[in-house]
Amino acid sequence: MKQFLVFVRKEFYHVFRDRRTLLILFGLPIMQILLFGFALTSEIKNAKIVVVDYSKDASTQKIITKIAASSYFTIEQNILSYDDMDKAFKQGKIKCAVVFPASFNEDLKHTNKASIQIIADASDPNTARTLTNYLISIINNYQTEINTNVQIPYQIQPELRMLYNPELNGSMNFIPGVIALVLMIICTTLTSVSIVKEKELGTMEILLVSPFKPLYVILSKVIPFLALSFIDLIVILLLSNYVLGVPIRGNVFLLLMESTLFIITCLSLGLLISTITNSQQTAMLISMMAMMLPTILFTGFLFPLENMPVPLQVISNAVPSRWYYYIVKAVMLKGLGFQAVWKQTIILLGMCLFLLTVSFRNFKIRLA
Amino acid sequence: MRTLKFLLRKEFKQIFRDKGLLPLIFIMPMIQLLIMPLAANFDVKNVNVAIVDHDHSTYTQQLVNKIGSSGYFRIASYSDSYKDALHLIEHENADIILEIPQNFERNLIRENNQKVFLAADAINGVKGSIGSAYLTTLLTDFNSDIRLKWVQPQRLSNVSTINIDYSNWFNPLMDYHKFMVPAILALLVTMVGGFVAALNIVREKEIGTIEQINVTPIKKWEFILGKMIPFWIIGIFDFTLGLLIARFVYGIIPLGSIATLYIFVSVYLIALLGFGLLVSTYSSNQLQAMFVAFFFMMIFILMSGLFSPVENMPEWAKAISKLTPVTHFVEVMRMIVLKGSTFADIKKQFFIEIIFAVVLNSWAIWNYRKTS
Repeated sequence: MKQFLVFVRKEFYHVFRDRRTLLILFGLPIMQILLFGFALTSEIKNAKIVVVDYSKDASTQKIITKIAASSYFTIEQNILSYDDMDKAFKQGKIKCAVVFPASFNEDLKHTNKASIQIIADASDPNTARTLTNYLISIINNYQTEINTNVQIPYQIQPELRMLYNPELNGSMNFIPGVIALVLMIICTTLTSVSIVKEKELGTMEILLVSPFKPLYVILSKVIPFLALSFIDLIVILLLSNYVLGVPIRGNVFLLLMESTLFIITCLSLGLLISTITNSQQTAMLISMMAMMLPTILFTGFLFPLENMPVPLQVISNAVPSRWYYYIVKAVMLKGLGFQAVWKQTIILLGMCLFLLTVSFRNFKIRLA
Repeated sequence: MRTLKFLLRKEFKQIFRDKGLLPLIFIMPMIQLLIMPLAANFDVKNVNVAIVDHDHSTYTQQLVNKIGSSGYFRIASYSDSYKDALHLIEHENADIILEIPQNFERNLIRENNQKVFLAADAINGVKGSIGSAYLTTLLTDFNSDIRLKWVQPQRLSNVSTINIDYSNWFNPLMDYHKFMVPAILALLVTMVGGFVAALNIVREKEIGTIEQINVTPIKKWEFILGKMIPFWIIGIFDFTLGLLIARFVYGIIPLGSIATLYIFVSVYLIALLGFGLLVSTYSSNQLQAMFVAFFFMMIFILMSGLFSPVENMPEWAKAISKLTPVTHFVEVMRMIVLKGSTFADIKKQFFIEIIFAVVLNSWAIWNYRKTS
């Protein structure tokens, strides 16, 4: 046991004395949380729009004031000609244009019917859709206002509630994915690189000829990363809770247990990579290209899985982080208990055991 | 000039003899361009609705039929228990709950007014808000249908209505591939160019051949140029390949002029390769270079507006985003391919890329020392 502790200490020294590893261990998670939390929001703020007002009357002025008052839009200079608008779209200066035809007010007063045209830059379809929806609701709002004295018959009023995320905090969707991504990078990449490093430097031979059991050599390599990724997990959870305002609604203990399972799965993946490669560079390439890319693609936090073609959806089932992401969302954000995630837990457990067995069977105590 | 010719010959031989590099240059871009657009589809469609119906009237039947046949929704369940519907949301089998209260039809006719309840899973904010906006529009439509049935036209005409026409320019079918493919093409040129260039000089350092070059009369700029031209040609080649894939697989034909595209890419590649070479001159081995390149590339790509629009970012993030060459390239690709922007429209971005190219390359040349 004492021997084992000495080995674990050696591994900790390895980690702490390598600045690059430390940077990846602690710099990367913090940077990713900040990037995803603050920079990558799909929430629309201050979208630039122009108003082309051929009517210039009291009603259009009121609608324009309403649009300007909303935090979603910033009104750029008034453009009058169609060509200028076209140009502004092509230079990417505006996202949307609202066109009031001449005699808007007249039409509204005398015939009770007037038209407004909304033109959206649909090269980004979702932004265009959301902007159009916001504008429509502002205009509808105005319409209700001018109709207060007339009762609209037979009205169905939808009352909308946003579950789990009433203020539409964009980080909600990203945080569980970032946790999965960071744990994957740390556990898989760093573990595989650190074991292969010993092979490359030739010190693996020294470890293997020592009276210390080979299994323990590996275990002592794994333990520091297990501990450090746990610390990382806690740092991420604290950051996302206190800085980004993403709450932990479920049982923290359950969340930590599930995370431990995922960490062990990633570590075994790292072990597996280290048994099949001999150079740090290959280990890194494999874990980055073959592991990170599928994690980013198939976890569902960046790219919606349900829109993918069926073959890709089938492939996504083999990616551990996909299941972990589901679990974190359910436990952390929806506040559900174990009965909601037991199926996913069993799948993850199965993957973990499979990877562990394969990597232990692959582990050779004899050097080539 | 003659020296440069020999250097170029050497570089090309090295590239074509490196078995690890060839797939990175030729296969990876193709796979990326074939898989990524399939995955990066942020279209909101097939929103799963769980309907909780406490009324069971003809109107609710009509409403359910309308929802089912609209094309945007899939009816995940139809029951009279909110708890069951919530259960579906918890297991991600439904995205929105529509709850119709008891006596919906009767109250609507008698009291002129009736509420329905919508609850959307908003963890994914975009899907939650767009999905519920679809459903609200559909309800409004349904509402006017009913009104028309009950009210004589003259009673309606007291009400002022504003008719809203909306048109979607540049991508009328709201096709996500059209939006993503040009950007992914930009991503691919960036990845190949950036990584390959970053790994290159450092490789000479690692295997020691840089010493041999350092003792020759080859000038610094000749050496850097000799490294750069082959990768520039590869970058242009990959870009052409990507354009062809976009044309024949996704049916995307650039609206703007191809010449403008190539002029811009040429300058962009010089800037990007300058960045790669700079990383290369600062690192001492390939592993380190890869780490550093990966770190910066990740920031560049995430901040470039590829996945989420730059306009939505806070000011500090916008500033960082503007300081990376990738952002401008992604923007210009989308502008030229989708909107048919001309050179006059993109000249601002063009000059920014020139500045990047000059700064990064002079820095790389300055930082490359022949003495150790």
